[in-house]
Amino acid sequence: MSAIEGEGYRVFREAEENRVVFEGAVRLGGMAEYAPITELLSAAVEAGGTVTVDLRGLEFLNSSGIAMLSKFVIQARNREDVALCVLGAAQVPWQGKSLNNLQRLMPGLDLRIE
Amino acid sequence: MAETFGDFIDVSPAADSEYLNLSFSPSSVPLKQRWRNNGLSADFLGDYVTTFFPKDAADPATGQRQAEIRGAVAYIANELLENSMKYSDDSLGAPIAITLYLNRDQLLFAASNGITAEQRGLFQAFIEELEAGDPNELYLQRLEAQAMSDNGAGLGYLTMINDYGATLAWRFGEDAAGRPLVTTQVRLAI
Repeated sequence: MSAIEGEGYRVFREAEENRVVFEGAVRLGGMAEYAPITELLSAAVEAGGTVTVDLRGLEFLNSSGIAMLSKFVIQARNREDVALCVLGAAQVPWQGKSLNNLQRLMPGLDLRIE
Repeated sequence: MAETFGDFIDVSPAADSEYLNLSFSPSSVPLKQRWRNNGLSADFLGDYVTTFFPKDAADPATGQRQAEIRGAVAYIANELLENSMKYSDDSLGAPIAITLYLNRDQLLFAASNGITAEQRGLFQAFIEELEAGDPNELYLQRLEAQAMSDNGAGLGYLTMINDYGATLAWRFGEDAAGRPLVTTQVRLAI
């Protein structure tokens, strides 16, 4: 399992299930600071098959983070051998507002907001 | 000469019943340390407004509404502070400030920072693009474009408009000391 930890957040990848889990509040200062997380997501796409991104425990994400997620969704969309599933939580306010945009970028995305 | 974009409202703090102002002076504190301050300040503003949207145990909808408003305030305030910090020019000496006004029917944020003539030009070009197009289309275009490059500028404003239904306006002028200043105003109906 590879993991990235910072103040107030944790992102980790469970390689066996090809699942990336986000927890806490992430508000890094731009794409360069998001690079380690981008690498983790890229590794999941490179592995192919079904990639699951679990955002249910992600309470806060700034617009740079939304840009990072969008970039990843576009990367997955461009790979025919990758199916993408995103798990969200309706009671986390930003997710109810902004997660639908990911599906607009990739209509085949399996978005499950519980 | 001040120049405004959008429906910029002149708010006088005295006329409004409730407001909160946070101001940060350019200093020797490293940017990283102040970056952390954005989240802390934004969360504080989000928590602060919950007082005005109390939870009623008998009505679960009030709890959801409180969470929505707290989330919206924390998101918008954080984006405004991040932008101010990214684009302010410390050498001008102007502080970064954010004020949140609470009115009966809306929340109004005003964030300001010192700005160079060069940044002002770039910023105004973006605002003009925003005013000329459909913000929804522009948002998707920006997301697609930033997949190719690292230019995600303006996404914060576009999410405020598209995802939070906020109304934005700007004023480019000077502060009391004659320093060039930009103020971004964000209105959120409640």
